[in-house]
Formats: sequence, structure tokens, C-alpha cells
Amino acid sequence: MLLSEPLIFERGSRGRRGWSASSASDATVAPLPPELGREDDLAGLPEVSELEVLRHFVRLSQWNYSAATTMYPLGSCTMKYNPVVNEEVARLPGFAGLHPLMPEGAAQGAMALIWQLEQALRAVCGLDAVSLQPAAGAQGELTGMLIVRAYHADHGGPRKRVLIPSSAHGTNPASSALCGYDVVEVPAGPRGLLEARAVEKVMNDGVAALMVTNPNTLGLFEEELQAVAELVHARGGLVYMDGANMNALMGVAKAGDMGVDVMQFNLHKTFSTPHGGGGPGAGPVAVREVLAPYLPVPRVVRRGDRFAWEASAPKSVGRVRSFYGNFGILVRALAYILRVGGPGLEEVTRLAILNANYLRARLTPVYHLAFDTPAMHECVLSDKHLAPHDVHTLDVAKRLLDYGFYAPTIYFPLVVKGALMIEPTETESKETLDGFAEAMLAIAREAEDDPARVREAPHDTWFGRLDETRAARRPVLRWRPTTQTCGEAEEN
Amino acid sequence: MSAYTPHTPDDVAAMLEVIGAPSLDALVAHVPEALRERARIDLAPGLTEPDLRHAMDGLAEKNTRIPESAVFLGAGAYAHVAPTVVSHVMLRSEFATAYTPYQPEVSQGTLQAIFEFQTFAALLLGLDVANASMYDGASAAAEAVLMARRLAPGRGEVLISRAVHPHYRETIATYVQGLPDVVLREVPIGPDGRTDGAALAGLLGPRTLCVVVGYPNVLGVVEDLTGIATVAHGVGALAVSATPEPLALAQLRSPGGCGIDIAVAEGQGFGLPVAYGGPGVGLFATRDAHVRAMPGRIVGETVDARGRRGYVLTLATREQHIRRERATSNICTNQGLCALAVTVYLSMLGRDGLRRLAEANYQRAHAVAARLEAAGASLLVASPFFNEFVVRAPAVVRAWEATSERERLVPGFPIGRWLPEYADGLLVCVTEVQADAAVDRLVEVIAGAPDRARASGGR
Amino acid sequence: MQIPDELRYTKDHEWIRIENGRGTVGITDFAQDALGDVVFVELPAVGTALTPGQAFGVVESNKTVSDLFAPVAGEVVEVNEVLRTQPELVNQDPYGAGWMIRLAVAGSDGDAELLDAARYRAHVEQA
Repeated sequence: MLLSEPLIFERGSRGRRGWSASSASDATVAPLPPELGREDDLAGLPEVSELEVLRHFVRLSQWNYSAATTMYPLGSCTMKYNPVVNEEVARLPGFAGLHPLMPEGAAQGAMALIWQLEQALRAVCGLDAVSLQPAAGAQGELTGMLIVRAYHADHGGPRKRVLIPSSAHGTNPASSALCGYDVVEVPAGPRGLLEARAVEKVMNDGVAALMVTNPNTLGLFEEELQAVAELVHARGGLVYMDGANMNALMGVAKAGDMGVDVMQFNLHKTFSTPHGGGGPGAGPVAVREVLAPYLPVPRVVRRGDRFAWEASAPKSVGRVRSFYGNFGILVRALAYILRVGGPGLEEVTRLAILNANYLRARLTPVYHLAFDTPAMHECVLSDKHLAPHDVHTLDVAKRLLDYGFYAPTIYFPLVVKGALMIEPTETESKETLDGFAEAMLAIAREAEDDPARVREAPHDTWFGRLDETRAARRPVLRWRPTTQTCGEAEEN
Repeated sequence: MSAYTPHTPDDVAAMLEVIGAPSLDALVAHVPEALRERARIDLAPGLTEPDLRHAMDGLAEKNTRIPESAVFLGAGAYAHVAPTVVSHVMLRSEFATAYTPYQPEVSQGTLQAIFEFQTFAALLLGLDVANASMYDGASAAAEAVLMARRLAPGRGEVLISRAVHPHYRETIATYVQGLPDVVLREVPIGPDGRTDGAALAGLLGPRTLCVVVGYPNVLGVVEDLTGIATVAHGVGALAVSATPEPLALAQLRSPGGCGIDIAVAEGQGFGLPVAYGGPGVGLFATRDAHVRAMPGRIVGETVDARGRRGYVLTLATREQHIRRERATSNICTNQGLCALAVTVYLSMLGRDGLRRLAEANYQRAHAVAARLEAAGASLLVASPFFNEFVVRAPAVVRAWEATSERERLVPGFPIGRWLPEYADGLLVCVTEVQADAAVDRLVEVIAGAPDRARASGGR
Repeated sequence: MQIPDELRYTKDHEWIRIENGRGTVGITDFAQDALGDVVFVELPAVGTALTPGQAFGVVESNKTVSDLFAPVAGEVVEVNEVLRTQPELVNQDPYGAGWMIRLAVAGSDGDAELLDAARYRAHVEQA
């Protein structure tokens, strides 16, 4: 039973309070000079009771689909099960209550954890050194590309360009641009793969790096990656791998063996830390030994059975954030790796690939398959076969919500028109996959028999389709005390 | 079968049959054999859940030798008491395991909460509009500089006060290292612990892009933010402030109220544990006129097809998935759940609770400073502060680790490790968290003798 | 698909009306339809000098961003400020109230690149 709920600012009453913190001490101390003090008495902040706060957020939560309620087949997001034991572990006082500047002797457990996770990620990817500092995949990419830049400044001089496949995630060119690079797009071949021949055309001494995702965003293993890497290396360039699709590689291929020099992981994808409605995540960076001097500082070092922070690294690209990283996320990731184990991680990949191929087999040829190349942990379909009925990818996505599933990623990668990128992950059972397949097939039938029903979806969700145009044309980006709201604020 | 996968051998067989493949290996046969043979992951087999908890307990226990109630550390991470409701809401799976709200119809919980977060950030920073969060205060400060650069192309000199938290300064330096038109210049600290006004005036000019100041700064001092914003505007530059202790915003004049153009803050102090430095959350706010240059996700209000008020991600054309290399930022995943925690915390404390807590912090820290002075220790600078100050304590600084270990109390942070010119300084942070008995021992440890002169009526 | 005869067009779907040394520029009906709901238009400052093919602004819909390219050389003498608060005019009236900029046209050297209505229609139909 879902209920309406206004903004927290629209609830409550003057003088009401949820929390009585410590009251001020009796000691008289000199007050702040008035010109330095708060000018508005915090007017506008809510005044609500604890129960009002709890109800508010419980009601809001119930409006969400989440991975805990249903399958979330978002491509390249790896919405696998987020083990609840990891939440308990992360909240242990020895982790949660530890200040980052504690003397090292009082933080050995935290430092050991960081060190252990670095070693585990090395074992997964086959590279030599890891930094856990970046707060998300995109920040990991930025870090990785800064490392590329620092390397070239040190070896032969700065270079101007980065090669990026046209199917790449948008953060790839954005991160490169932040490093001052010009982006050269490399188109994929007819099988959806990066071809050495195409890279050869654009590879020269002015190219700092090639950024690649493997499997790529079409879910396809880049078969020519080693040959491509050799080409790039021969002209002094580096190979950066976006590790977002690591869920397809564990036990199948190691980055270090494929010619990759630097990569980032997304712990909130392959390593099960929760997506949280948009973070927090973590984007550790792994590099080949020759790039280790450029990693962010500080780094954990092990001296016998003691750990210490090493802040001196003259060639480091610097810090990308405060302190050491999203430590709470690192705790969850290590807990996952310890629980699943080495052989378990290999099985994760095998079953992720099985699940994606199963859906691909069930959904085609009713849905158009963008590329006939073998799929790994995700597959990309399109709305091409529904076009005659004027039903499009967006409509399919919305209609799926009525069937109780979250939609796959839509309209990405950009190289496929009307793309539906489906990644079930390994934690979904055959029954769930069958339910999803049946929903998709039913929608395809509806597209033929009753297209309006699909086009006007969703029908059964608490909220109908939202007017995104209005939000962009007439931006209202916060509550103000005198704001006119655009709809009724229903009260229960 | 690994820990979290449901497949039985029968499941696998049935699925392989539908696919038309003979085995799981066949599904990866197209991957070169040479790669597959070397891909073994050399990690121990998985633990059971009880064994996992045991292992993690072991690691966590090693970090509990000094109780939190005896730790007087701030310096960018601030321990405050979080109401239980905060953690309770963060544990709701519907929030924790939801993705970025790209399908708004089934993400209204997340979207409305972010809209509320944006409102809180704008209110506290005293500005018009805020984004859905950045990774932390330091990267938010870096993004603020990048935003200033978009607003004022042609200018490239960034004046950063030496009193900005060094992690923030270093992060800004990292973010701009790939941009040849940006030059960073440090503004020295004056004898009063504030950014040196005369030096700043000397550095300001037509090439100045922006001035960046800590508020409070790394010494705990409250800067003359209004003065700095005024002189920055005087040369057509933008003024940026960075607040590592967000509770200070409830006590101090808001950055927007001082004339700041882009204000950032670290939100960890609002309901998130210190957690060895992360995850936190970056608050980022600016004026309406600049909204299209603002990085990060933004949630906006709209209506649905049935006329119901709702929320959506908006102004997305600034972002990486559309603009790619011309995006305002590369940020994708941000700190969603942490922003939710801040929203719950601020809802719980509310107007009165936040005011009281800020006042309590202010008073307690000042009472401790007064006791230290009465006991013979001197403060390094005489400027206004919120809940953090620097006291001269060379003996403690020299033996900081040993003292902390022996006393099972951390008396502050030796600020000389970041700013060598304050080699004798101990940065002491007092919030509502430290026990009274710990405060008494702190005074003894620093003043070197049993505390003779407690302020009357001290708690 | 409206393609008024008296206008000239670029391959990037801008139109231009030249009268007395002044060129009024906007995007075509085809373009506004392909973009979908226009939510924002970013226009240059008055006084900006443009060369043919130079990007002078950006038009945004919910999900896409497109550059706007100058059809001819000239200096921007006027921009349509109304689009700031009513970007939907680009969809509703692309050749009229949805105009974007006015140029003082430099010379006739860019004109060879412009398409007349018939050639633009052919260009659009093959897309």
C-alpha cells in the first residue's frame, strides 16, 4: 500500500524537534562577533518529530524499485545482490568509528584491510600495484588518465590525443578531456569489435593512450585487444581499460595478460557494494609496475607485520580526494571477496555469462540482436522489430515497470539505435530470468496487438510518466518557503 | 555453487540447452585459450558467513584501542552523534540497493530525497541552487574551480589560501594539472591565522579566476569571508569557499550571505560515521545564474501524467553521458546514499536541533580552550573559531603517537605535519562526542599538570 | 515538413533569411522534430564575429545536445532573448518566433555553400 508524502519541509510545526542533542554548557564563553554569525536563524529547516521523520522516509522508500525488490537488468551496472552481512561488517565500531588521522598504531586493522583488498584486486586483474583512493569509477578513470599523462611527461614528452571507441561510456571521453587530451573516436568493425586495422590508421606518436572496455559496452569480448595493445605499445602509447565489465572477466582473462597498463575497477558493480540510489561507490586503480610511481598518495606499505602510510612519492599524480578513499565501501568489497573466494569469483563470471546468453537466446529473434558476435555478461538488443508498430525502446522500458521489473539500460551504447542493454548478473535465478523473458515477449506481442498500451506505459505504477521537458524548461531545483508547487501535495 | 548464486546443476543444464551450447566453457571458447589458461584467480576459497564475520571482527578490533570518546581529532573529519533513525533509513534496501534514478516513475523515493538534500545544501550554504552531491568536500572544491573556469574563460589564476585544508588544496592541484591555462598561487596565512589580506590584495588582478578559502580554515579559524568575497569581486574574480565541518554552517554567517559565488562543504559531519575517511559527501551550491555550469546530477520538480507532483533528473545535457568530452564534469556515480543520510540527519535535528548542537559545540570547544589557557597552555592564534583551535604543545607534538598510546586518548592533530611553520601546534577539535572525563585528561595531558582551574559549572 | 522557398539552408539544418545585409538564422522544422522538445538554447554574445561553419551556440533537448553552425560569415547584432525563457518556440515556430540570431552579413562568399529549398529537401529526404 503506497501513500502520498509531501516534502519534509512541508511537514511539521514551529518548535517541533526530532532530536534533543546535548544542550549548551553553562560556562560563559565569548560569543561570536555578530557580523560573523548566522544571519537567518536557519529559517526554512524543518521542525518535525522523530516519527514524522521515520514515516516520511519509509513512505519515500516504498516508492522505489530496487535490486532488493526486483531484477534490475541494467547493462554495465552489474546490479547483483548486495549482501546484507556487508552492511553489518561495515558498521563495526572499529571501522565506522575510526578517525582517519588516528595514530597508525591505533589503525592497524584498517590499514591491513586496505592492504588485503589491494592484494585481492591484484590477484583478480594480474597487474602490479593498486590504489583504492578514487571515490567512483569516473574518478578512477580520471586518476588513470592522469597517470598516463604523468608517465608521458616523464618518458619522451607530453602527447595530445587519446583513442576511444565510439561505443565507450561517456565518462571515458569526459575524463580524458579533464586531462587536457583531444579525443579521437575509433569506430567498431562490422562485428561490433575494435579492429587492429582501424586502430593502426589512427595510432601514432601523438597518441598517449587507447581507452578500451573489455568486454565492450555491447557485451562482446574484444578479441583483437592483444594485437591492438601491441600496436599501441609499439608507438609508445599506453592501454587503459575501463573495468566496468569486470564481471565477465574473472577467471576468463586477466587485464595484465591482455596488454592493459592501467585500469579502474568499480567496486559498486562487480564487487557487490550497494548502488545506493547513485553511490557511494569506489573506483580503485590498478597499474603495471612501471606506472606505480604515479599512483595517488598516500599508499599503504607493509613493513614486517606492521602497516604504515607512505606519503612520499615525488612522481605521484597527487590526491584525488581527502584521506584514503571510500573506506566503508572498501570494507564491503573485501567482505564480499572473502565470502565468495577465488574459485567463487571465477564461478560468478561463468554464471553471469550463462545468464546473459540465456536471455539473449530467449529474447531473440523477437527482439533484434544488434550484433551476432558471442555475448559475455550482457547483451544488446534493439527496438528495430517493433518500429513498424511505432513502439520504441522507451515504451518497452516503461511497460516493463508494469510487469514489476526495472528496465534495462536504454539508448546506450550510442552506436546501436534504440539500444536495450541487458545485464542480468549471476545472482538471478532461472525463474526470475524466465519471468523477465516472458514479460519482454508479452510486450512485443502487445506492440503488435495493442501498441497504445505500451506507448502510454507505465499504467500500474504509483507515478505515471513524468514530464522531463517541463523540468528542464522550467527548472525548480529546490523547495522555497513561498514556492508554488506544480501538482497537488496530497496529504494522508 | 558460490556464495550468492542460485544455480543448480539442473538449472545450468536446462539453460545451456536453450542456448544451444554444450557447456559453460563453450560460452567463452571464443576467448583466446592463452588468456583463459592464465586466468586462475589465486585467492583462498570463500568463507562461510560466520567465518567472514570472525575475520572482519579481528580486523576491526585492532582499531579500538583508543575509545572514540577520547579522540579530539577534527582536521577534515568530524565525529558527531547521529540519531539512530539515520542508520535505520540507510539500511532500507529500497534506498540502499536502488540505482541511479533514470526511470523516475519507480525511483521517486530516491528523487524526492535528493530534492530535499539539494534544498538543505542550498539553505545551509546560503545560495540558490545545489547539486545532488559530489564525492567529498575536497573533490567538490576542485570541481568548483573547474566551474569557475567555465564561467570566466580567459582568466586562469587561482588564488588558494594556504589555510585551506591541504587535502582540498592537493585535490584541486591534481584536477587542474592537465589544464595548461590554469595556474595555482598560494596566499599566505597571516599572524592571526586568517588568510593574509594584504598578500591577497597584492595577488589579485585581472587574470584572477577565483579565490578559494576555507570556512572555517584548517586552523579552525573563521575567515573574514565577506571581506575576501568583496575584494575578489573587485577584480572580477569569483569567490569560492570550502567548509570541512558542516556544523559550522549553523553557527556562522552563510557563505552565500558573505557574497560567495560557489560554496562547497564536506557533509560527513551530518550523520555519517568518520569511517577512516570515507564515504563522505560533497555539498555544492551556487547562484541561479550559474546553474548550467554546475557539475553533478540535479533533480528538478515536475508533474506526472496524472497531475501528481514528482521529481526527475534534469539539466542532464551538462553531463558526461550526453556531452561526453564537453561535459561539465565526468562524474557519474556520486554519493547518493550518503546524501540521503545527511537529509535524514538534518530532518531529525531540524532548525532548533541544529542550532543547539552548533551552539553546544561552540561553547564546549571554547570552554576547553579557556581551561587550557588557564592551565598555562597558549592558543597559537587569537582569532574567532567554531569547534577547533590550535594550542601550543611542543612536548605532546614531539611524542604524539606515544602519548596517545599511553593515555589511550588522542589530544588533537599535530598540525605541523601539514604546515611546518606551526610545528608546535596541536589542532584540537571538541564536539558533543568527547566524554567529560576525557576533557579533564586532555587538559592534564596538554598543560602537563593536573588541571587546577576548571571553568565553573563546566560539564 | 516545412521548408519555406524563400529561405536558404545548410546541410546541418540551419536556415537563413538575408535581407538588406542582415541574416536571420534558426534551425529547420526537420531539425526541431528530430531533436524533440527543445529545453534550452545557448546563444552567443552580441558582437561575436563568426566564420562560415563556425559553431555559434548549442540547442538542447532532454536527451541530446546539438551545436549550431553559422551559415555565413558575419557579426552577431541581435540574439532572440525570448528563447531564454521560452525555448519551446523553436519547436512551435522554427522559422518565425523561434529565430535565434541576426548577423550583419560580411559578404557573399559563403553563399555558394547554402542550399535552396529544393536541394535542402532532397538532402533531408535522403537522410
